[in-house]
Amino acid sequence: MEHKELICINCPLGCMLSVDIDDKGEMTVTGNNCPRGDAYARKELTNPTRIVTSIVNVNGGELPVVSVKTRDDIPKDKIGDIIEALKSVTVEAPVTIGEVVLKDAAGTGVDVIATKNVGCKH
Amino acid sequence: MINKQIVIIGAGVTGASVARELSRRQLDVLVLERASDVCEGTSKANSGIVHSGYDAKPGTLKAKLNVEGSRMMAELSRDLDFHFKNNGSLVLCFDEADRGALNDLLSRAETNGVEGVRILEADELRKLEPNISDEVVAALYAPTGGIVDPFMLTVALAENAAVNGVEFSLDTEVMSVSKDEKGYLIEAVKHPSITNKLESDENIRIHADIVINAAGVYADTFHNMVSADKIHITPRKGEYCLLDKKVGGYVSATLFQLPTAKGKGVLVTPTVHGNLLVGPTAEDTEDHDATDTSAEGLAKVVEVGSRSVKALPSRGNIITSFAGLRAHEDGGDFIIGEVSDAPGFIDVAGIESPGLSAAPAIGVYVAGIVDGICPSEKKTDFIATRQGITSMALSDIETRQRKISENPLYAKVICRCELVTEGEIVDAINRPLGATTLDGVKRRVRAGMGRCQAGFCTPKQVAILARELGVDISEITKKGCGSGLLTGYPKDETKGGEAHE
Amino acid sequence: MNKHVKILIIGGGPAGLAAAVSAHKAGVEDILIVERDVRLGGILNQCIHNGFGLHTFKEELTGPEYADRFIKQVEELKIPYRLATIVTDLKLSDDGKTKIVTTMDEEGGLNIYDADAVVLAMGCRERARGALNIPGERPAGIYTAGTAQYFVNLEGRMPGREVVILGSGDIGLIMARRMTLEGAHVKLVAELQPYSGGLKRNIVQCLDDYGIPLMLSHTVVKIHGKKRLTGVTIAEVDDRLSPIPGSEQFYECDTLLLSCGLLPENELSGQLGVDLSPVTSGAVVNESLETSIPGVFSCGNVLHVHDLVDYVSEEASAAGAHAAEYIKSASGGKAGSDGDETKVKVVTDGGVRYSVPSILRPDHMADLTTIRFRVGSVFKDVDVVTYADGKELARLHKRVMAPGEMEQLILRKADLIADGIPAEYRITIESK
Repeated sequence: MEHKELICINCPLGCMLSVDIDDKGEMTVTGNNCPRGDAYARKELTNPTRIVTSIVNVNGGELPVVSVKTRDDIPKDKIGDIIEALKSVTVEAPVTIGEVVLKDAAGTGVDVIATKNVGCKH
Repeated sequence: MINKQIVIIGAGVTGASVARELSRRQLDVLVLERASDVCEGTSKANSGIVHSGYDAKPGTLKAKLNVEGSRMMAELSRDLDFHFKNNGSLVLCFDEADRGALNDLLSRAETNGVEGVRILEADELRKLEPNISDEVVAALYAPTGGIVDPFMLTVALAENAAVNGVEFSLDTEVMSVSKDEKGYLIEAVKHPSITNKLESDENIRIHADIVINAAGVYADTFHNMVSADKIHITPRKGEYCLLDKKVGGYVSATLFQLPTAKGKGVLVTPTVHGNLLVGPTAEDTEDHDATDTSAEGLAKVVEVGSRSVKALPSRGNIITSFAGLRAHEDGGDFIIGEVSDAPGFIDVAGIESPGLSAAPAIGVYVAGIVDGICPSEKKTDFIATRQGITSMALSDIETRQRKISENPLYAKVICRCELVTEGEIVDAINRPLGATTLDGVKRRVRAGMGRCQAGFCTPKQVAILARELGVDISEITKKGCGSGLLTGYPKDETKGGEAHE
Repeated sequence: MNKHVKILIIGGGPAGLAAAVSAHKAGVEDILIVERDVRLGGILNQCIHNGFGLHTFKEELTGPEYADRFIKQVEELKIPYRLATIVTDLKLSDDGKTKIVTTMDEEGGLNIYDADAVVLAMGCRERARGALNIPGERPAGIYTAGTAQYFVNLEGRMPGREVVILGSGDIGLIMARRMTLEGAHVKLVAELQPYSGGLKRNIVQCLDDYGIPLMLSHTVVKIHGKKRLTGVTIAEVDDRLSPIPGSEQFYECDTLLLSCGLLPENELSGQLGVDLSPVTSGAVVNESLETSIPGVFSCGNVLHVHDLVDYVSEEASAAGAHAAEYIKSASGGKAGSDGDETKVKVVTDGGVRYSVPSILRPDHMADLTTIRFRVGSVFKDVDVVTYADGKELARLHKRVMAPGEMEQLILRKADLIADGIPAEYRITIESK
C-alpha cells in the first residue's frame, strides 16, 4: 500500500488529491471534486509528461537565440536530458516556426522544433 | 611614479568645481576618484537644493560660500547647460510659539546678505502654495532659493574641467598620502574597468606638489594621514523618497520645516525634472558606505514630510527611494584651507549642506588658495561654456525635428517612461568623461529613471553601452567593477536530470 | 502635413493585433498599427513557454507561436504597421473629434497623424523595486522577472546564478522554471500574500516539479550588497502584511527577481484626458470598450491586467469591431456616441474589485454582454449575483475564485433590460 498527495491543476480550485495505491497497482483517488481530478492523478502518477520549452543558439540571426519546444509531451524525468541535448545545438538563420532543430531528442522519439521566426542579421 | 603639480582626491561636486576653476590656469591637474564615474558619493544622493543662505550661522564659511555660490548658480547653469530653477523656498512654522525662531532666521538672512527674504502670513502663503498644511501659521519666504540637478551640475563641472585639460583617473582609490621632500606621495590602487582594461588591481604611486582633499566622508582619513591636528567627520545618513511626475506639481516652492538641532528637517520639493522629492532623515553612522535605506527611515520620511502639506501623495506614487551621506565635521563648519602643519595640503572637508549650493564658490575660493601657494598664468584658450545633451523630452517640436534631421538616432526612443532616445545615450557615452555604466547613463540622460525604473530599457541600454564602448554586453556594469549585470550563458552550468520527483 | 488615418492602434502586441484584424474584418481598411519594438507580437515574443491559445485555437501554443497566428492575419490582410516607433504625444484636435498622434522612429523621423479613432493597446509594465519601496542597498542583480526573461529568452544571457524571487505572479513562476532549466539555482519564491498570485498550473509545473519552495506570507525586508547583490533578508508577515520582528532570515543570492504585479501603462491615455479607474489603473470603458472620449477604445492589459492572452484577444477583437462601427456610423451621417444617451453604471462590491465594462448603454448593447472582473481575496462556494436596482438578474455559482484569476459573466440584453432601464447594475458576491 502506497500513499501519494498532489494538487490538481485543472482549475483554480486546486484540489488536494490523495491517492492510495494498493499492491496490485490499483489507484483510489480522493479529494477531487470532479472526474478531471481523478484522471489527472492517475496520469501524474503513472506517466507524468511535460512540454519542454527552451532556447538554442542561432548563427547569423537577427537574434542570438531562437525559442524551441518539444513537439509533444515528453516523460517528465527526461526534462533534464532534453536540456542537456539542446546544449550543443546551434541552428543557422533564417529559422522558421515549426522547423526541427533536434530530431528524436534524448531518445524520447519527440522532435524539438523552433517556435519563432528568426531572420538573418542585416 | 607619476608626477603632477596638483592632485585632487574626489570627483564629487566639490572636487569637480575645484578642478574646473584650476583648469582656467596653466596647471597640471589630476583628479583621483575611487568610483567608476564622477558624482558617485554625497553629490549624487542629496536634496538637489540651492539654498539661498539664511540658514548658516553668520560669519561661518558655510554662510559666506552658500550665499556666494547660490548667486553664481544661475549664470553657471547657463554656461554649463545644466538644469537649475529658481523656485523659491519656504520655511514653515507650525506653531505660534516658534515665531521667535522664524524671526531669528529672518535676521540671519539679513546678516548673511540674502536678498528678498520676508515672512509670509497664512493667507498670502496659501495663495502662493495652496497645498500647504492647514497647521502652518507662517513661513519665511526666500525668493532666491532654487533647485538644481545635482548630477548634471557635477558632471558639467567635471566635463568642462576635462575639456580644459584636467586629467581624471576614475576607478582609482587612494590608499595613503604621505609627505615627502617636495610635496606628497600618494599611493593608490587602480581597479579594473571597461576603460582601463586592467585584469586586476594595479598599484600606482603619484607625486604631487599640492594635494586637494575633496574626499567627502573620507576627508578626515586623508587629512589625518598628514596632520597632527586631527579632524573627525561623521557620515550623517539621509533617506529620501522620490515620487512620480504625476504628483510633481503638488508644490512649487521647496518646503522646509523650521530647522532643528539635527539639520534642516524633512523637505518636500519639486525637482528640476518635475518629480516630487521628500526627505532627508538625519542619522549619524560610523559606516562610510552606509547608503542603505531602512523601513523605519522611509516611513519617517513620509511621516515627517506629511506635516508640511495637506495630503502628501505618497501612496502608490513612490518610484524609488535612496540614501546619501552628508560629511559632518565635528566643528560644524566647512573646513577649507591649507593645513597648518602640512604645507601644500589643502582641505576641502566637512562639505555637508549647503555644500551643493556653495560648490561654485568653493571652487573659486580653493583656486585662490592654490594661487597663494603656487601662482600661475591664466589660460588664454579656456573654454568657459559647455553644450549639454539635448533632452528630446524637454524639447519643442521644432528642436525635435532639427535634432532628428541631424541624427536619426534622436528619433529612436530607448527609455519610454522618460522619453530618452538612443541619440542622447550615445552622446552621454561618447562625450568627455562619458558614461561607462548604466548608472552613468541614467544620471546623464535620465534613461531608466522613470516609473518603470529601467524594467524595459535595461537590455537596450546594455546593448548600446557595449556597442559604443566596443565590448561584449557581459562587461557592462551597473556602477563599475564588481557590479556586473550578466553572469554568462544559459546551460553553462546545467547538470542534466534536474527535475525532481 | 499631418497624415490622416481612420483607426490608429497604439501597440502591436496581442491586443493591438487582434483589434486590427477585427476592425479590418468589420470593414475598415484604413488602419495603422504603431509598435514600439522591432517586431510585432509584444511581450509574447519573450514568453516562450507553452500554455497559450487553449481557448482561441484549442491547442497549446508558446507565446511566439500564438503571436504569429495573429501576425500572419495582419500580413494577409495587408494591414499597415510601423515598427520601432513610439507615440510621444496623444491629444485631441480643437473640435475634439480628431485624435492627433505624434510618433517618432529612426527611419521615419517625427510624424503626426490625424486619427478618427484610436485603440489604446499599450499593455502594462511590471511593478519595480522602487514602487515596492524595499529598503536596503542598490546593487546590480535586481531585475523584474520580465527583464530577466528578456535577457534569457531573447538575448541568450543569464542575469544571475543564485536566485530569489519575490512575488508569485505568473511571470515570476515561469522564470523560476526557466532559470532552473538554464542552469541557475532558484532558492525560493517569497509571496507577501497568504495565497499565490499565479495560476495553480504554474505552481505545480514551475515550482513543485523542480522542488522550489513557495513561502507564502513572506517578503523581502532588506537588500544587501554594495556592488552586486549578495543576499536578501526575508521575513514572515502578519495578517496585516507587516513583517514579524524576529522572523528575519538571511538568504545568500546574487539575483533578486521581482514579480509583484503589473500596472497598465496609461500615461498616453492620461495625456489625452481619458478617465482612469483608480482600481484597475486602466480606462473607464462602456460596453463597446470605448473610453470617456468618443472614438477612443481600450483593450488588453492597458485596460486591465489579464492572466490569459486568449481573453486579451477576445476583448481586443471586440474593441476593434467597435472602433470600426464608430468609423462607419460617423461617416454614414449617424452620430456615434453623442453623450446624451442613457448610461447605466455597473457598481461592484462584496469582494468584486471592479468590472470591465463599468458603464452599459442599453442602446448599444449586443444580445450578449461580457463582463470581466476580479475578486479581492479567495472565495469558496459562493454566488456571483447581478442586480438591477435591487432586483436579481442573474446568479452564477462559483466553487472557487481567487485574485490571481480573471472571472467573467455573460449577461443577456433581454435580462438586462427586462424591466426597463435601471439606474444602476450591481455585481456582488453572496455566500449560500
